[in-house]
Amino acid sequence: MSLLSIKGLSVQIGGTPVLQGIDLEIAPGQITAITGESGSGKSMTALAVMGLLPQGAAARGQIMLDGTDILQTPEAALCGMRGNTMGMVFQEPMTALNPVQTIGAQVAETILMHEKVAKTEARARASAMLERVGLQVGPHRYPHELSGGQRQRVVIAMAIAMRPKLLIADEPTTALDVTTQARILELLQGLVDEFGMGMLLITHDLAVVADVADQIAVMQHGRIVETSATADLLRNMRHPYTKALFAASTHAVQLPEAQVDEPLLQVQNVVRDYPVKRVSLFGPRPVFRALDDVSFTVGRGERIGLVGESGCGKSTLTRAILGLEPVQGGSITLDGAPVLQGGKPDLALRRKMQVVFQDPYGSFNPRHRVDRLITEPFFLLDNPPKGAARDQAIVKALTDVGLPAEAAGKYIHEFSGGQRQRLAIARALIVEPDLIIFDEAVSALDVSVRAQVLDLIADLCRKRPLAYLFISHDLSVVRSITDRVMVMQAGKIVEQGETEAVFADPQHPYTQSLIAAAPKLPELAHAADAL
Amino acid sequence: MSRNLIIGAGLTLFFTALAALSFLWTPYDIELLDIPNRLMTPGGAHLLGTDHFGRDILSMIMMGARTSIAVALVAVGIGMGLGVPLGLWAAARHGSLLDDLIMRGNDLVFAFPSLVIAILITAVFGPSAINAIIAIGIFNIPVFARLTRSAALPLWERDFIRAARVCGKSSARISAEHILPNITNLMIVQGTIQFSLGILAEAALSYIGLGAQPPTASWGRMLADAQTLVSLAPHVALIPGFAILLTVLGLNLLGDGLRDWLDPKIRVVRT
Repeated sequence: MSLLSIKGLSVQIGGTPVLQGIDLEIAPGQITAITGESGSGKSMTALAVMGLLPQGAAARGQIMLDGTDILQTPEAALCGMRGNTMGMVFQEPMTALNPVQTIGAQVAETILMHEKVAKTEARARASAMLERVGLQVGPHRYPHELSGGQRQRVVIAMAIAMRPKLLIADEPTTALDVTTQARILELLQGLVDEFGMGMLLITHDLAVVADVADQIAVMQHGRIVETSATADLLRNMRHPYTKALFAASTHAVQLPEAQVDEPLLQVQNVVRDYPVKRVSLFGPRPVFRALDDVSFTVGRGERIGLVGESGCGKSTLTRAILGLEPVQGGSITLDGAPVLQGGKPDLALRRKMQVVFQDPYGSFNPRHRVDRLITEPFFLLDNPPKGAARDQAIVKALTDVGLPAEAAGKYIHEFSGGQRQRLAIARALIVEPDLIIFDEAVSALDVSVRAQVLDLIADLCRKRPLAYLFISHDLSVVRSITDRVMVMQAGKIVEQGETEAVFADPQHPYTQSLIAAAPKLPELAHAADAL
Repeated sequence: MSRNLIIGAGLTLFFTALAALSFLWTPYDIELLDIPNRLMTPGGAHLLGTDHFGRDILSMIMMGARTSIAVALVAVGIGMGLGVPLGLWAAARHGSLLDDLIMRGNDLVFAFPSLVIAILITAVFGPSAINAIIAIGIFNIPVFARLTRSAALPLWERDFIRAARVCGKSSARISAEHILPNITNLMIVQGTIQFSLGILAEAALSYIGLGAQPPTASWGRMLADAQTLVSLAPHVALIPGFAILLTVLGLNLLGDGLRDWLDPKIRVVRT
């Protein structure tokens, strides 16, 4: 008998259908994953189950949780159920906890809200629960003292404190590093087994789904297009969208042969220190070493990857290479000239280097039109094209990245995330730089969009030799798009070499643990013919 | 559009229109004394009555609106014109000695009660509308400098600013091209609120005789002149009082309404 049974659930917001005819069953002790791209209705389904649909949403159908229809239950009764019979884990562990309360108090609060017990008993149970989720620190800590993975463990402890029958986890590991992700997923699986909970796992990451779920539901445009047991689905995909989705996430691009000659970017023994909080009033200010003796070379026309977990110094290195921040030791030269001299950037040098950032929403000024946005690097030229030549350059840049010429007159909010990333690439390419830095450039994109953007990059490489530094935490992406890869840990480059060689036979223990922790999709026979 | 915005804009427009009309026409000449007809109650030939010299109160309110609005407008102009560039400069050089100098200088101005300093300035340089404008204007500078800096700082961390820096643009250019357009909303809202505070400050200075000098009409001085007559002819004090109240209320409602209307978070929902 099933724990949660959704029958014919349809939700409309302001007349627009967001969910249509959702049918889903979850049995106790099972993990059901809902997967799909952003906007497909995954999170809306979870909100409907929690009875947390946004105002103005009209729901039809039936959501039976343990014999109660959520849609017919009044708000007051739902409050008693949330946290009690159903728990929820959110995506962002940084904001899901109250920063001014100890973690023990926050878990105890959940218990006190639903049960009449003494405060001391609630505290004791909270501590036990924190221990159960594998937290190594005591209950008297504050959230800011914990790492992202530890915070997510606290959030999980809060969600399962009342031993709910159903646990909803909305992208629980998306904000975490791969090694942390592996441990959190292991924890969730263990909890489901131990407590016999049903779990609704919402994630866009198909490798995670394939790894942990017992049952998979694939969503597209507010509908479930395919539901089936995991092993079954992986062996025999019926719906074309499912096939396309899996094909996109295992997508390997065809890079042309690299033509490497002279060195272009040389980074030698670079050290970057940040001053941190003083420990005593008159003592010297302690420093945090973000980059520790980093050296590498990027040849002209070479595609090089940089992987590492958050906080390892990837972004610091990007800013140092771009000459946005000074370094405390060593040298960074592009074509033999230092990128930052006497605190002043050299315009002639800047022209040879451009950057594409991660966040497709934050990397454009919302108040300028596209033509002005993508021609910003013209500022670097002594003789920027004007009039008709400028218009031509804009049209060429837009068509190069697969956008229509009419895009020039629009504002940035009229574009989707993938289109914005294309615009960011157009902006980087418009002055024909020798080196492009992709700083997590595809990390925020859906799998199918990501595959398109990666294809675009490979395509551009075919048109003219392009050197780039591709920074990412996603190993599978780096593997397909680079010739050589560097692995960074705590400000040091611990391993570098030919991409295939490093992935096939990692030498450094850190590289080995990274590769082992990354969830993998099983080999799929049918995936290839879908694209 | 919210109700606040409509009421606020309506009141503001009404008093601005009164001030504008006074350039072309007032019911009576305010320099004309008409002692036999003094302290007339509202209605009849004088719509809002007359004061103790027999001057037409409606005409004086119209001329007074002109003074109040002119003083407040120029004072806000001084505050924005100097405060916004200072704030942008401090944000661009965040953490440097210059940043500290600008912000601590602001704190210094903030530390003095503004009206007391305004009294000091007008006492030293003599009471006049110009000195009132300067005194009020100086106290608007740190308000705008601080607001600009705090709004600009998070923007400097955004990727589109980094992209502009990669393009070799100087921080002055980035401030003008990228930062300023993104904080305009905030400045407009703060501008309306400072405008209403400016009107209050002008009325206060005139009330103690340090603002615009006779025969220029001023709401604050109308109040001061009328205070001994309150029991005899309350309307002489009430009418300028209501004029001040309604103008300040209108501007505050307008500022509130604009803030809601221009708030990007609310706008996102709409687009």
